[in-house]
Amino acid sequence: MMQSRYTGTARALHWLAALLIFSGFGLGLFMTGLEIAPDTLRYYAWHKWMGITVFLLAAARLAWRAAHPPPPLPATMPSWQIQASRVTHAVLYALMLAIPISGWVYSSATGVSVVYLGLVPLPDLIPKDREVAKTLLLVHKSLNYLLAAVVTVHIAAALKHQFVDRDGVLDRMLPGR
Amino acid sequence: MRLFRPFIPSLAMLLMASSAAGAQAVLIDKSEIRFISRQMGVNVEGRFRKWKANVDFRPKDLGKSRAEFEIDLSSIDLASEESETELRRPRWFDTAKFPVATFQSTAMKDLGGDRYEVMGKLTLKGTVRDETIPVEVKKDAAGNSVATGEFTIKRLAFNIGDGQWSDPSVVADDVIVRVRMVLPRAG
Repeated sequence: MMQSRYTGTARALHWLAALLIFSGFGLGLFMTGLEIAPDTLRYYAWHKWMGITVFLLAAARLAWRAAHPPPPLPATMPSWQIQASRVTHAVLYALMLAIPISGWVYSSATGVSVVYLGLVPLPDLIPKDREVAKTLLLVHKSLNYLLAAVVTVHIAAALKHQFVDRDGVLDRMLPGR
Repeated sequence: MRLFRPFIPSLAMLLMASSAAGAQAVLIDKSEIRFISRQMGVNVEGRFRKWKANVDFRPKDLGKSRAEFEIDLSSIDLASEESETELRRPRWFDTAKFPVATFQSTAMKDLGGDRYEVMGKLTLKGTVRDETIPVEVKKDAAGNSVATGEFTIKRLAFNIGDGQWSDPSVVADDVIVRVRMVLPRAG
């Protein structure tokens, strides 16, 4: 029988990633405006841990998705919307993987390695270099603003499906039975 | 604090000392003074860009050997310019008041097998403490003597990072100092 909704696992992974992306993004904006203080160091560490978790969740989602294809889209959807949704989702997955990596490379360039959850030291991807770090920070920020733009489109589309088209697309991903 | 006025050798004194018989000019470009501090469970490496050394190392006459260092604390090289600026502030090094750290050897011990112990007084932010540095001396391909030593200091004992920064779970109390000095081959 064809599933009409995403599996419980897929939905859980989606909302967990969403929560971490929003909090990690907000924390990133907040912490970069702070003076150096013990709390600032804590926030940077948490921000890095959130990012690595998003990467792991995205990888888990792709693996799950390969074995559990998403439920079909409504037949009423025009093909340009189907294409647009494919592109948007591909970009979202790409950014969920690329942004944490860009932060990890940036961390390596600053000489402050990532120790995931304070327990698992991640190897430095490149040697410490202040000039390279500046460029990588710009890359990390730019990718994040791109993500913010694509997430906005993603949410706007979901809300349009729910309240304008009323075609049940959002229901596929909402929590609950 | 007043009892322990930091001993800051003047440039003239250092020049005089380094021109004394037997003193070897440390090859500054090949040598380094680095440190590792643990922040939020992450080892962060730094170094000092500017320092002076006056080393007279005589393996066969350790009694006459000595090692003196003067480190320009504001020359710190850390993760970012922001953190370097922070480290110069009064709650850390307070470089306006204490621009340099010094180490003066008081004795050296031969442990055998190219290994030595250098005892001395470390003056940092107005506090003087006795430190012992285990050192290994090897010859490099060019015939220079390469002395490497590593020791751990307690930053809080020197009031480095006090007040809100004193929580060792954010910045650990232990700071590993790594010294590598290259001395030119004799003659």
